[in-house]
Amino acid sequence: MNTLTLAVELAHWQQTTIRAVVGLVAVLLPAGTLVYLFLFKMMSFMQSRLGPMEAGPYGSLQLLAEVGKFLQKEDIVPENADRIVFKTAPFVVLVSTFLLVLVIPGGPDLMFIDVDTGIFLALAVSSISVIGILMAGWASASKYSLLGALRATGQLIAYELPLVLAVMGVVIQAGTLNMQGIVMAQAEGEIFGFGGIGSPFIITQFLGFAIFLIAVQAELTQPPFDMPIAESELVTGYLTEYSGMRFLMFFIGEFATAGIFSALAATLFLGGWYVPGLDPTDNLFNVIGPMVLLGKIILVAFLIFWFRFTYPRFREDQLQTLAWKVLIPLSLANIIATGVLKVVF
Amino acid sequence: MTVLAALQGFDSLMSGDTVVAQNIAFGILALVMIVAALRMVTTSNVVHAALYLVIVLAGVSGIFILLGAEFVGVTQVLVYIGAIVVLFLFGIMLTRGALGEDEEADTEKRRMAVLVGVLVLVVTGGAVLDSFGDAAVNRAAPSLTAEIGDTIFSQYIVPFEAVSVLLLAALIGAIVVARKD
Repeated sequence: MNTLTLAVELAHWQQTTIRAVVGLVAVLLPAGTLVYLFLFKMMSFMQSRLGPMEAGPYGSLQLLAEVGKFLQKEDIVPENADRIVFKTAPFVVLVSTFLLVLVIPGGPDLMFIDVDTGIFLALAVSSISVIGILMAGWASASKYSLLGALRATGQLIAYELPLVLAVMGVVIQAGTLNMQGIVMAQAEGEIFGFGGIGSPFIITQFLGFAIFLIAVQAELTQPPFDMPIAESELVTGYLTEYSGMRFLMFFIGEFATAGIFSALAATLFLGGWYVPGLDPTDNLFNVIGPMVLLGKIILVAFLIFWFRFTYPRFREDQLQTLAWKVLIPLSLANIIATGVLKVVF
Repeated sequence: MTVLAALQGFDSLMSGDTVVAQNIAFGILALVMIVAALRMVTTSNVVHAALYLVIVLAGVSGIFILLGAEFVGVTQVLVYIGAIVVLFLFGIMLTRGALGEDEEADTEKRRMAVLVGVLVLVVTGGAVLDSFGDAAVNRAAPSLTAEIGDTIFSQYIVPFEAVSVLLLAALIGAIVVARKD
């Protein structure tokens, strides 16, 4: 890996400030894109309507209008609520989402932190958001919120396992947990001696990719896995008592998670910032890498939201059965098969 | 390549004698952990106690990372915060989990608990001081995940397998106890 030399030498605190700002942009920009592109437009077109058209050309500024609207609303805390826990909960969810961006590389030299544990760190940090959801549900002093939070927790625990196990296949094949190492393994890999397109793990780990996407769908608590916020039974589950700014934070958290998990899937299975045909150590990738990655994020997110708008809601028992009796055995079989093939070849 | 080195941005702190950054970070972590641990056992709300436990466990993970044991630190977050405390909270909220003070939490057992706590502190503290004294922490090489994997599956294969069988037995035992038929 070549080292990028900058014209100016930056002090450590300056680098950290830049990393923090770029990290915020790297989370919020894809999240906003997903909301406009899929939630506003694709969903509308699938339902034979136009969606927002007034704010800006084709309603492209609708998102800013929505944010402005939420910011003006009153921040209501229920009278019997546990005030401190109630107010902290959105931050816990948001922080656990925003920290995930740290491990995702955007180019050969573009990364926030280059850690040895990589994807393992990301999966560990993402599991913290469950605590935020439980805090929100319990502190709201509302039975709908509590039921929603308990359903959400049961679901997140169940689908955390296939999520982690699906990644194992990729880790075995790449031989590293490091995200940059996983991208490099795909860029420099060969399929039966043919190295023309590298070796994106979606080909060899297609089962893992499918399980990962299903588990992500469940982690996002969105249809068809939206029992926790089932609006016909629980109002909106653990979000019921939140309004204004704090509701907006949960909303951002949800779509930021969709964006980040799409980025993780793109990096693990689609080769991340790499496009076939170029030298992966080329400095060019420091410029086009983030854009390539954004393209792949939108591709993966398209699949996630397509399923969201297409399928009806699972029942609670069907949801648990799918995780424990189908996805976990399948992903375990995938790990065994990958391990055996890794040793054989 | 480690979180620590990445956070500091330069490796010179790792090898040299200057460990100012580590010491400051350790001081902050230790203070937060002590306060959270005390609040955890003195609060009379069970859910609050579990949430304070999250802070303590996060601090433990931070100290592991400060010592260069990155894999252990991350595992701490995944297993203890992401799974065990979540199950605690889940269980508490399914059964009692009332908002506000819980009178039952304030019982006579408190005195015994304090006694046991002090006893454990003295025994473990004494053991640690006795075996390590003022020996310096080995900061030379932060442990790599691959090396941990290699040692577990070669040098420590027998204890590892024994623990696996023990966990399997516990799992089957739990199912046997829980099933009525």
